[in-house]
Amino acid sequence: MKIVVCIKQVPDTNEVKLDPVTNRLIRDGVPSIINHDDKAGIEAALQLRESLNDGSTVTVVCMGPPQADVALREALAMGCDDAYLLSAREFGGSDTCATAIIISAALKKIGYDLVITGRQAIDGDTAQVGPQIAENLGIPQVSYAEEVSIAGDVVTVKRQYEDRYHIIDVKTPCLLTALAELAEPRYMHAGLIIDAYEKDITVMGFEDLKDSINPDHIGLMGSPTRVVTSFGKMPKGAGTILNVDADEAVKAIIAKMEERHII
Amino acid sequence: MAKDLFVIAEQRDGHIQKVSLELLGEATKLAKELGESVVGVILGDNIKDKAQELIEHGAEKVIVIEDPMLKEYVTEPYAKALTAMIKEYDPNIVLFGATSIGRDIAPRVAARVHTGLTADCTRLDVDMNEYFDYLHVASNADTKAIEAKLGMDDKTLKMTRPAFGGNVMATIRCADYRPQMATVRPGVMKKLDVIEGATGVVEEFKVEFTPEDMNVTIREVVKATHKAVDITEAKVLVSGGRGIGSPEFFGTLQEVADLIEGAEISSSRANVDAGWIARDRQVGQTGKTVRPELYIANGISGAIQHLAGMENSECIIAINKNDTAAIFEVSDLGIVGDVKVIIPKLIDALKAYHEAND
Repeated sequence: MKIVVCIKQVPDTNEVKLDPVTNRLIRDGVPSIINHDDKAGIEAALQLRESLNDGSTVTVVCMGPPQADVALREALAMGCDDAYLLSAREFGGSDTCATAIIISAALKKIGYDLVITGRQAIDGDTAQVGPQIAENLGIPQVSYAEEVSIAGDVVTVKRQYEDRYHIIDVKTPCLLTALAELAEPRYMHAGLIIDAYEKDITVMGFEDLKDSINPDHIGLMGSPTRVVTSFGKMPKGAGTILNVDADEAVKAIIAKMEERHII
Repeated sequence: MAKDLFVIAEQRDGHIQKVSLELLGEATKLAKELGESVVGVILGDNIKDKAQELIEHGAEKVIVIEDPMLKEYVTEPYAKALTAMIKEYDPNIVLFGATSIGRDIAPRVAARVHTGLTADCTRLDVDMNEYFDYLHVASNADTKAIEAKLGMDDKTLKMTRPAFGGNVMATIRCADYRPQMATVRPGVMKKLDVIEGATGVVEEFKVEFTPEDMNVTIREVVKATHKAVDITEAKVLVSGGRGIGSPEFFGTLQEVADLIEGAEISSSRANVDAGWIARDRQVGQTGKTVRPELYIANGISGAIQHLAGMENSECIIAINKNDTAAIFEVSDLGIVGDVKVIIPKLIDALKAYHEAND
């Protein structure tokens, strides 16, 4: 079985700030990491490969700038078999719809039985690219996967909802989106880290995919959605701050509750 | 020409989800600005009798799509039905709740009809003046530049949402494709007061399914065993952060909640991750967005991810030992002090208050 995991390299969002003057993201010095849900997806794929133990392989795919190869090397060092970087000027500025078109075009070339993506990325938080890849490939999706197992060509998924879960059987080819809970990622293996830097990463650019992509549907200009503006949030403005003894503080709280008709 | 605002109502076991009613409220506001109508769409098996509830919350028309195939939510039959509905009715705007169902179905449908979709929106605007009023209060965005780009007569949907873990807000538009689609975060929009006896058109829309459309098998449906507490419904939230010091202190906060009508306890992420309290009580970017009448933040420092989930509360009281805590920047009343000293005294004061006034 050919398992393909799609990953995204993201800035560690806890460290991202907006320049208050230019309203641009300050990315300098912000570490780039493999998105958490995607990393759980890699781990789940590796565990499935180990449970199958029949020569199945795990391929990892990342769309991004040339520097995203670091994320792919990390995935190789975790034990993935091969890696593809989808990188081209034409791909830049793509929204989720355009991104999914590019990635699915690459997946058609690479081949797949089971595709795993993270549920959502911590920078965009959209959760849209996984289902949109599945749509473009014409295969079933099961998103929000919390547990997964495989028998023959049937993948069994525990699919999480807010108030319930479903146990779902789906036949390959299909796509899953992984929750971070799906699997605790392993550490990179020392030997594999060295191997990872000796392995080739296959780079696919626009030329490699253009026979199956409509150029009007990718990149900034081909994206249905565009950003109008981005901005930092303004604090709503502090009210009264009291630094008084506990009895006075309690009186102030009770008074506030009365004022707001809470009690 | 594409017209009207369509709200895809979410039902689970025949119960309309609150977010769908919130969307009808928001759509009603936007529809006035556009001079268009609000249409509710509901899918399921034997679900027609729920149409009235959508009408009472603002839908002028309800499209009912019934089929045994739609009993439990499964991506493909729902995607097929909604795509057919969109092709038939040509909506201007389609809104979904940003739930684990909405965020599964909406991208699939958007890709199938090839249009834009904006995820997890926390604000929607059509009218440029309203949008600028918001930007002027909430941001330092350069409205002159936006005006130069869009003009003041622009009537496209301006979809505003947090990104980068709530550190950044972005407004997104889908100018060239229809419908304009968005998923909207639960708890953010306001539902209308029920319009008793409201009337509207109920239309049935038939979709031809084939057995192949059911391309997965649901082996088991397991509903959460404990009665899930919906903190987004609470009138008052008594919330605990890292500063409460121990899981036992949630018991003390519960005592406060028990003394206030409509109050529940909630938590910041740290205590949930530590296993002190169930995840369904978590407020914040990765938890729930709440807007209670009163939010009492106990020992919560006010990380941006937490503020993203509660800053729209109508009133915020914060108690924190650290007088520079970020939570004070959004508080109506900030108390610099130790929750472990103040809360027991507050319990006594509330008991005394009830004795004197009940």
